[in-house]
Amino acid sequence: MMTPKGMQIRRLDIDAEEPHTLGPGRARTSRPALTVVPSQVVSEMSPESDKPTGHAKPRRSTWRTPSALPGFGPTMGFTLLYLGILVLLPLAALIIKASGGTWAQFWATATAPRALAAYQLSFGAALIAAVVNLVFGVLVAWVLVRYEFPFKRLVDGLVDLPFALPTAVAGIALATLYSPKGWIGQFLDQFGIKAAYTETGVTLALIFIGLPFVVRTVQPVLQDIDPELEEAAASLGAKPWQTFVRVIGPAIMPAALTGFALAFARAVGEYGSVIFIAGNIPMKSEIAPLLIIIKLEQYDYRGAAVIGVVMLAASFLLLLGINLIQRWARTRQGEI
Amino acid sequence: MKTKSILAALAIAAMAALPQAASAKDISLLNVSYDPTRELYKEINVAFAKQWKDKTGDTVTIQQSHGGSGKQARSVIDGLKADVVTLALAYDVDSLYDNGKLIPLEWQKRLPQNAAPYTSTIVFLVRKGNPWKIKDWDDLVKPGISVITPNPKTSGGARWNYLAAWAYALHKNNNDDAKAKDFVKKLFKNVPVLDTGARGSTTTFAQRGLGDVLIAWENEAYLSLAEFGADKFDVIVPTESILAEPTVSIVDKVVDSKGTRQVAEAYLNFLYTPEAQKIIAKNFYRPRDAAASSAATVKLPELTLFTIDEQFGGWRKAQKTHFDDGGTFDDIYKP
Repeated sequence: MMTPKGMQIRRLDIDAEEPHTLGPGRARTSRPALTVVPSQVVSEMSPESDKPTGHAKPRRSTWRTPSALPGFGPTMGFTLLYLGILVLLPLAALIIKASGGTWAQFWATATAPRALAAYQLSFGAALIAAVVNLVFGVLVAWVLVRYEFPFKRLVDGLVDLPFALPTAVAGIALATLYSPKGWIGQFLDQFGIKAAYTETGVTLALIFIGLPFVVRTVQPVLQDIDPELEEAAASLGAKPWQTFVRVIGPAIMPAALTGFALAFARAVGEYGSVIFIAGNIPMKSEIAPLLIIIKLEQYDYRGAAVIGVVMLAASFLLLLGINLIQRWARTRQGEI
Repeated sequence: MKTKSILAALAIAAMAALPQAASAKDISLLNVSYDPTRELYKEINVAFAKQWKDKTGDTVTIQQSHGGSGKQARSVIDGLKADVVTLALAYDVDSLYDNGKLIPLEWQKRLPQNAAPYTSTIVFLVRKGNPWKIKDWDDLVKPGISVITPNPKTSGGARWNYLAAWAYALHKNNNDDAKAKDFVKKLFKNVPVLDTGARGSTTTFAQRGLGDVLIAWENEAYLSLAEFGADKFDVIVPTESILAEPTVSIVDKVVDSKGTRQVAEAYLNFLYTPEAQKIIAKNFYRPRDAAASSAATVKLPELTLFTIDEQFGGWRKAQKTHFDDGGTFDDIYKP
């Protein structure tokens, strides 16, 4: 899916928006990284994310900024072709397949009670997992950036493991841990908590696979915040929480939201790890991607495509919403 | 210089001629099968290759592909070049006719005994000593009993389980469909997790320690005993169950384009020979040839078995009534 390298580039993109707060000294370090390449990677991750910046601040005219590097034409052409073949073509096929029947049929399949229950679980669990990851991801990033401790490199590396692990392995491991006879599950069972094979299990798996996103987007931004800023805030009489909320918070907000959006998007579509820990009971613990597989098993290709289109549309709207909040956060930060 | 180029030309000619000479003798078949038959076909393939070599001198290599029965059928429909399919239920083979006309409608009449060279049935696997005293289907609907079975929407084995329970309830209640539905609904109330395939359910029961009873293929139940140790589980045979007939067919469109019809047909016919029937018995399936049962390591118990045709009017009808969207399985999960 995405590489840490991709996120590095994303981060530079965010940095470039920040010279207002952080003074001319900072702008110098991050400016040269803004080339055509990042926009390609960024748009692959969230297609609409780079557009608002272009239109939001016409005064900066990011659209065709004179660049020191040549080759805008060919790279832009390649970008469009690449995205067209890689992203748009399969999506078009999906939509064509889904539009095979009448509108009434589409609506009936899309809003069947079982489908609604599955969306609710998939989006609900993904949202909860992304929120948990937002809070604890920022915390982990903070610890990794601000403190020195033994084996820090190792801990840093651990964060990426959910990326590298095959999702089925993660799912089986989690199911083994949290099942009523598992290491953790047997203790939870004593308190009457059922983790595996319930909605809780689904959320746990989604928290696991979404962990790296927030950490890896926030970490580099935190790294670039000068500790002097915090000292300055303190010397001006700010209490620690005020420093965090008014100085650090706004600076890491756009990056944290990006991480949140990525973790959420990944979680909504996740199948491999969830399937082993979800009970897969219709109306209760059946995720939407499983419903798609079930429709395929019945040779109902159109029905599967319909659920796919609904999920796609819902994810797109949610990501768009998150991007709008992000834009608002950036503009607000610019005005402080 | 000249000799070198002559040598090169010779080498190229030899390389061009080599595969041709070999292809007259080397035949490769692909057998697309369902989940628990891995061990069975491994043995069958060796025996058939040997027999074919003795008869014709040709070497035949058979590749196997395993997975959920429905998923396997879909792969073949979507273009997997299977010479033969050996699937969990006739409905999945039917789908090869329904979606793409890969085989003729009357495929099941081409081989003896409904094109099912071996049968199996559905039994229970319980923890050693049978602590909950599970004896028959009735015991599965008791409150507090936790039952493990896969999802009938995705698993062929689970559909046999579901129909076996349904038919049992019919027989108990003077063929009252409403009562049968109620029975199955109660049974599924006791199911905490629906895995997507039969192997998944076996893992959940045997390795994760979930559930008091696993509804399983008979062959899978005995394989679990062999695999995990007979000191961990007991096989419980209910008073009656369904006669599961896993069916086989050649895929006409593929064998005709590959020119492998003759050997593919011979492969399926081989399954009915005494030699193959013995291998079948050894792998805990029920052979069609009663004499072959002597080769079995465990004696499979006698019980009343009913067929899908006499009880449900065939797979197409059963699929439509019970497992398609809006069928009884969807109903029992309606809030």
